[in-house]
Amino acid sequence: MGDGPGPMGARIRERRQEIGLRQAELAQMVGISPSYLNLIEHGRRRIGGKLLLDLARVLRTDPALLAEVADPARLQALRAAAASGEEAGLRPAPEASRVREMAERFPGWAGLVLHQAQRIDALGLRVTELAARLSHDRDLAAALHRVLSGVTSIRAASGILADDPDLDRDWRDRFLANIRGDSEALAEASRALMRYLEAPERSVPAALSPPDEAELWLDARDHLLPEIETGEPVAGPLPEGPAGEALRRWLALCAEDAAALPLGPFGQAALEEEHDPVRLARRTGRPLVQVMRRLVALPPTGGHPRFALAIADASGTLLHRRRIEGFALPREAACPFWPLFEALAQPGRPVRALAEMPEAEGARFLCHAVAEYRMPAAPDETPCLETVMVACPAPGTPPATAAVPLRPVGPGCRLCLRERCPGRREPSILR
Amino acid sequence: MARRVLLVEDEPSIVEAVSFILTRAGWTVHAHADGATALDRARAGAPELVVLDAMLPGRSGFDVLRDLRADPVTAAIPVLMLTARGQERDRDLALRLGATGFMTKPFANAELVAEVRRLAGG
Repeated sequence: MGDGPGPMGARIRERRQEIGLRQAELAQMVGISPSYLNLIEHGRRRIGGKLLLDLARVLRTDPALLAEVADPARLQALRAAAASGEEAGLRPAPEASRVREMAERFPGWAGLVLHQAQRIDALGLRVTELAARLSHDRDLAAALHRVLSGVTSIRAASGILADDPDLDRDWRDRFLANIRGDSEALAEASRALMRYLEAPERSVPAALSPPDEAELWLDARDHLLPEIETGEPVAGPLPEGPAGEALRRWLALCAEDAAALPLGPFGQAALEEEHDPVRLARRTGRPLVQVMRRLVALPPTGGHPRFALAIADASGTLLHRRRIEGFALPREAACPFWPLFEALAQPGRPVRALAEMPEAEGARFLCHAVAEYRMPAAPDETPCLETVMVACPAPGTPPATAAVPLRPVGPGCRLCLRERCPGRREPSILR
Repeated sequence: MARRVLLVEDEPSIVEAVSFILTRAGWTVHAHADGATALDRARAGAPELVVLDAMLPGRSGFDVLRDLRADPVTAAIPVLMLTARGQERDRDLALRLGATGFMTKPFANAELVAEVRRLAGG
């Protein structure tokens, strides 16, 4: 598993010592041998069921507290934080292989690490934005140009005056006049620069890539757009530039979807067809990719699961994404075993798989994917192939997913714990 | 006969100071505030060196440099680019377009004269 000794054992030991019991005494009270309890306490045996309940009873604690398991998404985020420490060259490096132990034994510290990692990410984004503003802002560039021109001129003219005390009077007067004029212009340029720098928040050019910026805009709305359902204009301004254009195209597509598959009847059909996109496509007579997009639009109330969505082109580049908790499909260098990519091999053929993340109690996602050619605008235009995948947390118990092939997947090689993976491109930084 | 420098710069007081400095150092300076007339002058007058400001209004100094290098008549003329300090991208771009040397603003007069002499071959 690579996550070190089971923290459940450590918690049993801690609790036993808290209430002053010896190992042999506790073992006797729950009817096991002291050597077996020793193995449990050192994480060499995992337990559950009656023994866990008995231990919790004798230790006067809640079995859930003893057996508490860290959320896979939280583990993934902690691993990413550990990876950033490793990349920064921290010595000793963060013990990435013991992330689970850390999360379960020290949930408060783990929370602090996550909080700080998120804060660092947010600050990093802000710094990038400010750097982009400094390097791309025309107003600022013009203000700096005026300052620089003034300084250059004054320096050159004063150099001439200083180097040549016998300078002709006409020339001297001329350069002095230039210095006076330039210094006044420089003072005004400096004041303009200060006004600029002290101005309150203004729109900053986004340093995000257009797909990231579009995703951020949709994330803020959880990808749910109630206005679209009623045919109203979308509230709030769209980003400018390519991200805005991409969003406009996406919103137009969503509006077409909403008109073709109104939310009320579609939601009811989805419940009846157990949210299976293939069955829904057959029932409604609509294209499978349209049904998949509509599944994402279902509100979280009313018994609908939250669906992740990923759309990629034939190169595997992610064009659109809705993330849900624990669903780790990065925009670049993703794991090639996601059904999203498998679907590219046979356009038009739906692929269904139970994707399992690499953690010990890895999160599972029921995935449906299909690749389709986008209709070319002209007869001779090369058609674009796009692959679409929806994924929702898998129902925990068979038989709902018993017939679905299990597919070990991961986020991408660098953050994946599967050592002997046939698709490994580079070593994991978590080992 | 005095050696010829073509100065392409849009700030009048910088033009005046630089012209004075280079003239005193023995050069004949022809100054132009915009790239188009500067290109015509370079083709007609075959200066020994062009001192070219990167930030010109309208056609930038980089556009002018690109045109200078594309024309067989002016392709071999050394070009000294005047850029803003710290603008790495400007320097990289100028280098790719074939600038012969750089001078960051603001510069010392003696440095400018030395660089002009160096690039024009003494």
